Order: sequence, then C-alpha cells, then structure tokens
Amino acid sequence: MTPSERQFERDRYRRRRTLTRGAVAAVSTLVVIGLLVYVVGSSPGWDRVHRTYFWWPDAKSAFPEVARSFWLNIRLFMVVEVFVLVVGVVVAIIRVVPAPALAPIKLLAVLYADVFRGTPTLLIVLLVGFGVPALNLTGMPTSLFWLGVVALTLSYGAYVAEVIRAGILSIHPTQWASGRALGMTYGQTMRHVVLPQALRRVAPPLLNDFVSLQKDTALLSTIGLVESLRAAQVISGKDFIFTPYVVAAAFFIAATVPLARFTDYLTVRSLRRENGLIT
Amino acid sequence: MKFTPYRGLTAIAAAALVLTSACAPADSEGDAKPKSASALADCKPATLPLVKPGTLTIATDDPAYDPWFSDNDPSNGKGFESAVAYAVADKLGFANGKVTWVKAGFNQVIQPGKKPFDFDINQFSILPKRAKAVDFSTPYYSAAQAIITLKGSKYAGATSLADLKDAKLGAQIATTSLDAISNQIKPTAKPLVYDDTSKAAQALQNKQVDAIVADLPTAYYLTSAEIDGGTIVGQFQPTKGKQDTFGLLLSKGSKLTPCVSAAVDALGKDGTLDRLEKKWLNQATDVPELK
Repeated sequence: MTPSERQFERDRYRRRRTLTRGAVAAVSTLVVIGLLVYVVGSSPGWDRVHRTYFWWPDAKSAFPEVARSFWLNIRLFMVVEVFVLVVGVVVAIIRVVPAPALAPIKLLAVLYADVFRGTPTLLIVLLVGFGVPALNLTGMPTSLFWLGVVALTLSYGAYVAEVIRAGILSIHPTQWASGRALGMTYGQTMRHVVLPQALRRVAPPLLNDFVSLQKDTALLSTIGLVESLRAAQVISGKDFIFTPYVVAAAFFIAATVPLARFTDYLTVRSLRRENGLIT
Repeated sequence: MKFTPYRGLTAIAAAALVLTSACAPADSEGDAKPKSASALADCKPATLPLVKPGTLTIATDDPAYDPWFSDNDPSNGKGFESAVAYAVADKLGFANGKVTWVKAGFNQVIQPGKKPFDFDINQFSILPKRAKAVDFSTPYYSAAQAIITLKGSKYAGATSLADLKDAKLGAQIATTSLDAISNQIKPTAKPLVYDDTSKAAQALQNKQVDAIVADLPTAYYLTSAEIDGGTIVGQFQPTKGKQDTFGLLLSKGSKLTPCVSAAVDALGKDGTLDRLEKKWLNQATDVPELK
C-alpha cells in the first residue's frame, strides 16, 4: 500500500519543522554561549578571576592530591547509601504499619524523622564526630570513617524514610485490598505488592537525595577527615589560591552526573510504563 | 501563544541583554608593586588611602583566639595581636578611638580584590606564594611550632621529631603547623586537618589523634586553659634555618603597605614588639627543643 499524497505532505511538513527547530536551538545556544563568553571574558576583573579560580598550572598541581582524596568520598557515599536505604525503608514501614501495639516504636520513628530532618547535617556531623567519642563508651566506633558514616546515615535516613513513606502512601488502597483478597498477609502484601511499586515510584526523588548525599560527604571534613574538598582547602589555605576548589568541584560533578542521568532515565521509563506515554 | 523562531530569538537576545547589564564589573584595580621603603613621617591619617577616611579599619577572624586576643574582643587592647594592632595604629597617628575592628573570615581575606579593611592581623605566615594574592607587611613576630599531647601518652616523652613518625597527628588548616607536619615530621599516617585549633584540641582529648601541632604561643594557651591533661612535648622551627614569620595582611598592591611596614619596623626598633611579646606571649620559655 502506498501512502497517500496527503501523508507525504504531512511527512514533508514534519521534516521541515524538525529542521527549523534544530536550527533555532543551535543558533540560540551559540548566541547565548557566545555572549556569556564575551561578557565574562571582556570584564576588567576576568584576568584576576581567571588566575584565582581557573588557573591551569594550579589545577594540574592540585589534581593528584584531590583525586586521591576523592576516593575517600566515593567509599563514604557508597557505604552510606546502603545504610540510608535500609534505615529509610525500616522507618517508613514502622510509620505506616497500623498495629496499635507498635505505638511506642512508631512514636520513636516520628521523633527520629522530625529531629534529624530538622537538624542541620553539619551539626549532626559535629555531634557524632566529636560528641560520641567524648562519651568514652566502650563499643562505640572510634574510627572517623565510621563515625562519619553514622552521622550521614542518621541525617539522610530521616529524609529517605519520609520519601519512601510518601511512596507507600501513594499506592492506591485497591492494591492493598487486592493483596489481602488473594489471601496474603499484611506483611506479604507490603513486601510483594506495595513496596515494589512504592520504591519504583519514588526512585527519582530518592536518587535526588543520593546526589545531595554525595556532596555532603564533604561535611565530614569538619571532624578531621581529609576528603577531596578538604584536600583542596589545604592547598588553597597554604598558597591563597582557589583553583583547587574548582578541581574538587569537578570531581563531585563527575560523580553526580551519572546518577542524575540515571534518574532522568528512570523518570521517563516509569512515565512510559504507567501512563503509556511515548516520550 | 505560538512559539515562533523569531519570537524565540528575541526572547534570547533580551535575556542576554539583561545578563550583560547584571554582570557589569564592580571595580577595577591595578597590580601596582608596593613601594619597598617609606618614611613613617610621610604616613599621616589625612593622606593615607583608607577604607573609611579618618579611621583605621583593622580586621581579624571570629572567634579571635587567645593569647593573640583576649575574650574574643580585639578592641580591648588585650592579647598580643590586639596590642600590636593598636601600637601600629599609634605609630601611624591614629588615637585608640580612631581604630575600628571588623570581622573577616579566612576565605574572605585571601580572596583577590579590594578588601573591606585597611589591614588584617591574624597570625598570617608570610609565604612567597601567598604574596602573589595579597600584600604582607614586614614581620611583627616569628613563631616556633610546638607539639601538644596528653600526659601519659606514649609520645609525651618524645625528644626528636623522628620519635613522632608513627603518631597520628592533627593541625589546623592553612597553618604552618600543617606544612611542618608534612615537610619535617613526615608521619606514616596522613595528618588530620581541622577548621580551627579548638576542634584539633577536641580531637586530641577524644584520642582521635595522638598529638597536635600548633605555634608555640597557641600551644601554651591550649595546654594551660583548654586541654585537660595536655602537655607540650617540645618546640621546633618549621623550616630549617629559617623562621616562620607573621605579617599584617593587606590587599594586593595596597598603597598602605609601605606605611604599615614602616610602622612595624619602627615598633621593632624602639623595642615595643619585644615588650608586647614579653607581656602577652612570654610564658613558654622552658619548652625543650625537638631535634
């Protein structure tokens, strides 16, 4: 079957439109970037900013030290992300389970989420990093690495618990009803029906929190850990230059961009699956 | 509204224009070399290029630590650096009432560009690389470094820097102490870096580090006032054959630098610096030298 003349006309129109849109996008991008480069580059202070923040020789000499220290950031957020997920799921489930006997634990969970979500992460880091060892309790971790992991887990666990709870509450009541009607227990319904859907639904905000967490590993520098931002700060404070900070920033960006693109992909995929949209 | 190409480009151009006007540079500044010598007689409050005409604006960090300052109040004239600042002001012809103190954080101070103070006094070590970003006056103090640990620590009896090789050390960021650790002690474990000496002291008390390094006056203050059971193991010079010196910090190319340097030189010549040092820092003479 050959397409009609009208269909050819439609296709031609669509092709033309795609081309025009592409051209406009390219021209506008060029104009804006060109203007930005011109405005920044021709400003009288640019030379100074260039030498202070974007000086290639400084960047090169700072790179090895910052790179070595970034390995600590990677180890930190890898470990913390696992713990945060566990804490988040447990606290979220405790908060939604209707069993009245669990009331005291539920109260604790609410208190935990309120307190740790409301406290600046920096303060939690200082309290755990310096305060806990000062208690002189036996069995407490003394390694700064693990104290840092505990601090970040406490803070981010509270955020993530709220996100997951919102996900669980967003699942339609008929899903619960169907699970129970099939003879599943409450726990089985939660485990096999509700939680999988809830986690899928909150994956984008969850990964958003993880991106934020990756950057906040830099807060652990305040308790003495020399992670990449602190390594940059050491060089900066010694020589009064700021380029090492930009180098450290590049590492953080490099670590978060894959996660951000993955979040985008997940969002698009779940939209397509749930709504039948082609995007 | 239909989004035609024409309209889109207009919007972009308009946005770019707004950007251009918003980014107009605020200041421009030459990189004039400071004149090396200046007669103090030529430096009069009326002719000095000051941030606020008629008053000398001096900056330091917040909190301002003992024994350099006292009670976190730089304007009380107590503590070595507060006293030195007022002495410099006096040499330049400013009465005590004509001195204003402002707070300035470390990062703010080391930024290039115009600064909101005439000079900053906060134990800034004079280093050649730093002098690319800021001006320093001639030195008003030279500091030895000291090792602090807890009484009963296995490092309390160390007699040389080599004895500290296996110790877990800590120091404040951006200090000569930190350089001294990596250049002279060269410990097997990487040193821990703290925002300020009080955090380093806390880590020492928590036994998160075996010892901390600080300049001698700070070390003396920490062991006598802040750290329970703290003791100074010994002192050492941060660079072989060369002393670590503190200078007043000014904007790069500041026209005030020669005058401030002349004032510091005059204070050194007439014995004022020695006298102030004895008054505020002279408690730490019996500390053994580490080889």
